[in-house]
Amino acid sequence: MLFREIIILLKKEVVLEWRQRYALNGILLYVVSAVFVCYLSFNLQQGAMDVITWNALFWIIMLFVAFNAISKSFMQERAGRLIYYYTIASPQGIILSKMLYNLILMLLLAVTCLIFYTLVMGNPVQHGWLFSGNLLLGACGFSATLTMISGIASKAGNSNTLMAILGFPVIIPMLLMIIRVSKNAIDGLAIEVSYDEILVLLSINVIVGLLSYILFPFLWKS
Amino acid sequence: MGNNNVQKADNKQIVNKLFRKSWWKIATVVLLVYTVVAGLLFDVPRLAILNETVRVLHFHVPMWFGMIILLTFSVVYSVKYLRKPELQHDIYAVEFANAGVVFGILGIISGSVWAKFTWGAWWSNDPKQNGAAIGLLIYFAYFILRNSLEDEQQKAKISAVYNIFAFAALIPLLFILPRLTDSLHPGNGGNPGFNTYDMNSDLRKVFYTAVLGWTLLGGWLASMRIRMRIIKQKINEKHEENYLRTDHLAAVERESHSL
Repeated sequence: MLFREIIILLKKEVVLEWRQRYALNGILLYVVSAVFVCYLSFNLQQGAMDVITWNALFWIIMLFVAFNAISKSFMQERAGRLIYYYTIASPQGIILSKMLYNLILMLLLAVTCLIFYTLVMGNPVQHGWLFSGNLLLGACGFSATLTMISGIASKAGNSNTLMAILGFPVIIPMLLMIIRVSKNAIDGLAIEVSYDEILVLLSINVIVGLLSYILFPFLWKS
Repeated sequence: MGNNNVQKADNKQIVNKLFRKSWWKIATVVLLVYTVVAGLLFDVPRLAILNETVRVLHFHVPMWFGMIILLTFSVVYSVKYLRKPELQHDIYAVEFANAGVVFGILGIISGSVWAKFTWGAWWSNDPKQNGAAIGLLIYFAYFILRNSLEDEQQKAKISAVYNIFAFAALIPLLFILPRLTDSLHPGNGGNPGFNTYDMNSDLRKVFYTAVLGWTLLGGWLASMRIRMRIIKQKINEKHEENYLRTDHLAAVERESHSL
């Protein structure tokens, strides 16, 4: 029942996004421009950047892209439409479908970002699978946390600043873990070295997902 | 069901009564006087690098215990609010968070003063220092979120949701991340610290007193602010009532005049 609801809501999100493609195109252009600005400000010869900077810069770009992409999830829709959803869908269905949709969006953005980033800055990653797995976990974490935060921020009016101050401190623990695993992947260390971090990352994701599932109905009702 | 309600009312009464009782406040004063005197004057073990700065143990570490305990109370009241929306729960939640943040700020200041004399810098990119700073950022965001909301019920509900969410993010930050990283901080990365064999029994005696004393002080602080808030709320309600009544009376009078 819930599953069907999520699928329908997810389909609705995708269709809406597809009909007015400017938002999607906008955020894709945002990624590309951000990478290009970074490239130009570092004024790099290809591959001249050291690994630590490469890694940190990549994740900082991803973080800002995530904030921009996900902060729209509750602001874009008009109040009337939200009331309509309120009458026909369960809050759990809504939050889960939004999270799932944001996850897909984040994956798309992450791949775009990685391709373009590699193009201009080179790619020092030695352990490709670990890096991609970490990217997937990161996308999950970002979408779960920021969807909930954007729900909170959207209730409080002036959303963009609020979204940033509410979101940054909450996401830092996750970001630190991701950057560390990512560094291990770049250095080509065996996957066993990163087990602890991956475990923490997974458990943060589960906790955040569960809490959103429990807490969102309270937010939705108000 | 009725029985349950009576029990709940009793619980609230007990907390309110406890706030007014003086025995635990006297105990706080006694414990803290002992902490300050003993912490500054008693003999401490002679340790390399640490030297006399080991005394900070009685003033810095209890701040963190106090902060965690106070913030836990705050989250408990946020959960209570979501289960049963009474503004009183919200007042409890925000004031416990306030007191917790005060402890956090004192902890970070005392910690960085200590770090200046032992590690050589105010801030040395230590995971515990960073974690503490991020934790404070989370709670500052909580207060800003509260200020940006007008309606009382809305404010209480949404900030309760954020409080619970943020607390869950704080736990891995304070308890798991520092354990995955090497740190200069005592108790980490093979450094001596909060272990059975590191602390001698004199130090331990004062330390436990200090933890209890400072935490009680935090509770006292929070309880005073809570009582003040509740009184303010009551005064406001009274004002509103009076205002409405006089308004009503004036209207009645006007009507009788016109008649």
